Amino acid sequence: MKDTADSHVTEDGRTIGGTLLDLRGITLRFGGVEAIKNISFDIRQGEIRAIIGPNGAGKSSMLNVISGFYNPQEGEVWFRGEKRPAMKPFQVARSGVARTFQNIALFDGMSVLDNIMTGRLNDMHAGLVAQMIWKGKAEREEVENRARVERIIDFLEIQHIRKTPVGRLPYGLKKRVELARALAAEPDLLLLDEPMAGMNVEEKEDMSRYILDVNDEMGTTIALIEHDMGVVMDISDRVVVMDYGRKIGDGTPDEVRNNPQVIDAYLGVAHD
Amino acid sequence: MPDQLLFAIEVTLNGLMAGVLYALVALGFVLIFKASGIFNYAQGVMALFAALTLVGIMEGQVPFEHLINATFGTEIHGFGWEVPALLAILLTMVTMVLFAWLVNWLVLRHLVGQEPIILFMATIGLAYFLEGFGDMMWGSDIKALDVGLPQGINSWIDETTLDLFGYGFFIDNLDIAATIIAAILVAVLVAFSQYTKQGRALRAVADDHQAALSVGISLNFIWVLTWSIAGFVALVAGIMWGTKSGVQFSLSLIALKALPVLMLGGFTSIPGAIVGGLIIGVGEKLFEFLVGPLVGGATENWFAYVLALIFLVFRPQGLFGERIIERV
Repeated sequence: MKDTADSHVTEDGRTIGGTLLDLRGITLRFGGVEAIKNISFDIRQGEIRAIIGPNGAGKSSMLNVISGFYNPQEGEVWFRGEKRPAMKPFQVARSGVARTFQNIALFDGMSVLDNIMTGRLNDMHAGLVAQMIWKGKAEREEVENRARVERIIDFLEIQHIRKTPVGRLPYGLKKRVELARALAAEPDLLLLDEPMAGMNVEEKEDMSRYILDVNDEMGTTIALIEHDMGVVMDISDRVVVMDYGRKIGDGTPDEVRNNPQVIDAYLGVAHD
Repeated sequence: MPDQLLFAIEVTLNGLMAGVLYALVALGFVLIFKASGIFNYAQGVMALFAALTLVGIMEGQVPFEHLINATFGTEIHGFGWEVPALLAILLTMVTMVLFAWLVNWLVLRHLVGQEPIILFMATIGLAYFLEGFGDMMWGSDIKALDVGLPQGINSWIDETTLDLFGYGFFIDNLDIAATIIAAILVAVLVAFSQYTKQGRALRAVADDHQAALSVGISLNFIWVLTWSIAGFVALVAGIMWGTKSGVQFSLSLIALKALPVLMLGGFTSIPGAIVGGLIIGVGEKLFEFLVGPLVGGATENWFAYVLALIFLVFRPQGLFGERIIERV
């Protein structure tokens, strides 16, 4: 593919398209505290966009604004070229934005398979009675959705725990199941809140590979928050740096790495 | 077979069927508790309100008749028509859905994220409001309810057992009908919760609100749905109890009998509610039969609570508490 005005091809051959999500002048307050101060940035089709910053910088709040869990007092969210009205989280989810949580939010009582199937709830349209007696459209839908979910299960290599109740799984696998559930919705935009928090090196490498594969093979646009600088620099196309609710840097990993403000605030390294 | 044993069997059968009715009421509690963590004190009053509404519609009563007459000095006494039972049941169900929606819209929506005790208090308020509202809407006199369910002794069972054992079992047709209807209701509820999109969403909401939101489930919709189903279960319970003992205030007190059932079965388990109901039903009748004569009778009033107390001490999560949660 050739580079055009609003799309280009990366070194590793992926196509980055036009703007998918555009945040314009977002300000979010909790009472008197400004968690996000007038931040603007965009996320382009097909890219991996990282949001980094020290604890309390407002990264999670930013993700919550994108996913509709918080509604900012000021600013606009533009999604797929349209200004998005104030929405409830479930409406945002239905519009094609899936997410995971920093502290893992899974349905502990349900099996891995059932958990991932909830990601496809919005693609089921058969009537109630048809679903109960498992006939006609309901059966076709269930089979189709099940097939898609099985592909994701294969993709993330969690076949062996399909029937296990999620509550019994170790931390690393829970994180993977949560990713699988988000992927099951086949989102246009995937938000990952610290997908590698609390993982050991090996688990981090696995998760990085899954994130890259999802982006590459499924073409999913991904925005992620991560603490591990090494990982972030390795896998993301562009990075936003936040500190105390402000944006202090935005660009490719290299640009960000060499940005004095970022070095000051985030890395805490003196530079002369 | 000795008479005593036959009599015990008869008592057990009757206990089972009484237990089915307890289970029905307990089910309403479990459904709401599972989906929203709210212990709905108003469940019993909802059964009363549903039964009142059903009778009112069937007899062609004008809602708020007394109030209208007292305010405007009119002399309205009913529409002068009678509504067939099936249509009346449908209309009552519509009323219960409307009620579910109003409860969610006016009360629960504003209490999201509050402590469980606050939500519990809200349902106590709701119970008293609904009790008064039902009285105002349909009047407070005791009414007979007859939706066409069979009643009276089942003569086939009576005659067959008389031929076989020389002792005729007294089994009420209404109890048999109640058992069949309850079984169907439970089957439908299980199919709904296991196989439908809405059922899956409901289980998801019961587990984790945030996660449910993130996969596109509307909490408001699920809560209205849950309260509607609880309203439906209340209606079925109201019909059974109303047919058995008339539609009157004491109907709302059956909710108190559901409490020990829940303590036995666990607050979050549908099978638990059913088994708990059956145990209480049978236990109560057998205890009265075996021990009652020794202590001067009237054990039915307290047996269930003592049993629940024992459970609270030795197995507070109920029979099915933990284990079932994981599997459901």
